[in-house]
Amino acid sequence: MSNIKYILGSFGDPDEMMHGIDKLQANNITIHDVYTPMPIHGIEAKLGIKRSRIDIAAFCFGITGTCAAFALIYFCAVIDWRVNIGGKPSFALPDFIPIMFELTVLFCAFGMVLTYYASTHLFPGRSPRVMDLRATDDRFVIAVDAKENAEHTVIDGLLKEAGALEVKYNERKYISYE
Amino acid sequence: MSGHNESILREPLITGDNITYAKITDDILGPVENKPNKAWWIGFIFASLGALLWVVAVSYTFWNGIGEWGLNKTVGWAWDITGFVWWVGIGHAGTLISAVLLLFRQNWRNSINRSAEAMTIFAVICAATYVVSHMGRPWLAYWVLPLPNQFGSLWVNFNSPLVWDMFAISTYFSVSLLFWYTGLLPDIATIRDRATGTRKKIYSIFSFGWSGSVKTWQRFEAVSLILAGISTPLVLSVHTIVSMDFATSVIPGWHTTIFPPYFVAGAIFSGFAMVLTLLLVARKVLGLENYITMFHIESMNKIIILTGSIVGVAYLTEFFIAWYSGSEYEQYAFINRSTGPYWWAYWMMMTCNVISPQLLWFKKIRLSIRATWILSIVVNIGMWFERFVIIVTSLHRDYIPSSWAMFYPTWVDVSIFIGSIGLFFTLFLLFLRVLPSIAIAEVKLLLKTSSEQAKKLQIKGGHENKEYVTEYVESLDKFDSVKQEEYAKV
Repeated sequence: MSNIKYILGSFGDPDEMMHGIDKLQANNITIHDVYTPMPIHGIEAKLGIKRSRIDIAAFCFGITGTCAAFALIYFCAVIDWRVNIGGKPSFALPDFIPIMFELTVLFCAFGMVLTYYASTHLFPGRSPRVMDLRATDDRFVIAVDAKENAEHTVIDGLLKEAGALEVKYNERKYISYE
Repeated sequence: MSGHNESILREPLITGDNITYAKITDDILGPVENKPNKAWWIGFIFASLGALLWVVAVSYTFWNGIGEWGLNKTVGWAWDITGFVWWVGIGHAGTLISAVLLLFRQNWRNSINRSAEAMTIFAVICAATYVVSHMGRPWLAYWVLPLPNQFGSLWVNFNSPLVWDMFAISTYFSVSLLFWYTGLLPDIATIRDRATGTRKKIYSIFSFGWSGSVKTWQRFEAVSLILAGISTPLVLSVHTIVSMDFATSVIPGWHTTIFPPYFVAGAIFSGFAMVLTLLLVARKVLGLENYITMFHIESMNKIIILTGSIVGVAYLTEFFIAWYSGSEYEQYAFINRSTGPYWWAYWMMMTCNVISPQLLWFKKIRLSIRATWILSIVVNIGMWFERFVIIVTSLHRDYIPSSWAMFYPTWVDVSIFIGSIGLFFTLFLLFLRVLPSIAIAEVKLLLKTSSEQAKKLQIKGGHENKEYVTEYVESLDKFDSVKQEEYAKV
């Protein structure tokens, strides 16, 4: 039994990489993940990644912000400490709107970004799990799980045929950093 | 990706031949990975001397109180609020570029958004220091937060625009920082994967473990788009609220309903001018001419014409409404602005903000780097005078003639202002050294679709209408690096 964990096809061109994904999928080879230095559009449909629901989260956080701002101002200015300013009403809704708006944006932004970090496992100091150091520079890397797909030579051939500049057999799950 | 080529009628966003993904990374990371050049050191020394002056002047103010400023019983707000509004305005272009242009799918923003956002962060820091130092007892700055303070459960006044300001500016700063930093993650990861030793460790901490997998990218784009969507009204609200500090008062010349849109237009105007001031130098010094092309400069100049004209119309409207309102105090305030003791400031503002940007209608001027750079500085000066005119000329003569006075800045006022510019440039120059000044991943996105190279390939492929090709080739003399003869060969 070999120690190979991942087979990496490293492409220099996004179109060729897309071609590589098609080829692998046509041969029923499951793809573990793809690493690219920039967002590639249309790739999520190929790999069957579901639409992000982060917009729903963002909306919920935003509404929470609106309510929190209203609750705070209402509590302070109407319930806890009414200040009589020239007989004007304490519950002056139009005056509450700027802060309600600002807190909506604040809660929405922070809530959404923290959700994003949590869902994609990003946090300060986390050791990077890269498979190929050039995947953040100029290489478009398709990673195939070597244990699940036994015919390594076939995968190798398919990747090369699609235009892979290099095919690597990684014996460790992630390189460096660990 | 292929098949998504942009029409060759659109000017390329990346010029130059033989540009590859690796070359983009190398070019942009050059200043980060190598030792700084002489130009950087000269700039840095001057800027840090300015920052030092700022430290001295602000410490002096903290120690002795704001009595050290030239304020008097009538002009209680002068250079401090002028500086504050000026810096906040400058900050706005960053968000405008990164958010509004993203929503409108303007790809030309990709090369300039990173430095514009950095500019936003630093400008808002400069603005915030003015607010804090103007408080008189800055160590009690936390009183503006809605905390039940030492006097029991007495809260801040939520009806006050100054409290709105606190919420607006702090939200704006933190959301901009978040937007900027999240956008930086993939580029920090790029630096990390090329670095060694301690640098690798440091960038590794700050890259949050970015790997560039498909899901991360997909969510990343969704997050960027939503952040842009919420930052756009945010940026408009911030300057609207800043303008309400004035507009909700009873001072002639201040309580005008045109302030919110006029301040927002002015903010975009001054912000784009500052982006140009910085980037025209940065592209030369850092050798980024292929990424920040004449097309980018021209586009920004067009925005300056638009916003400068809006600002011009606002000035005239203010004057008209002062007359039309029939309020003699308002009428006096405006006549006093243009012919009173501060006439020079008023006409300085008019010349710099209304007349000078109109020169950009001429294509020659719009495409001249030197002229653009000079005009961008002229606009910055003009916008400072705009705030000075609004604040000082309205305050120096109010309802009671016995209290009329003039404002004379002291050395502390002047030093804080010059110092804040020094602080801003120090931060910006340090940014250029530690982080990529252009969003690497976003620029790579343009290589296959809108670069000069991609367009040449399209022509070579013979898919294009001959008329279009001729039109494209004829338009090329504008670009920095393209020679018409090269296209003749193709």
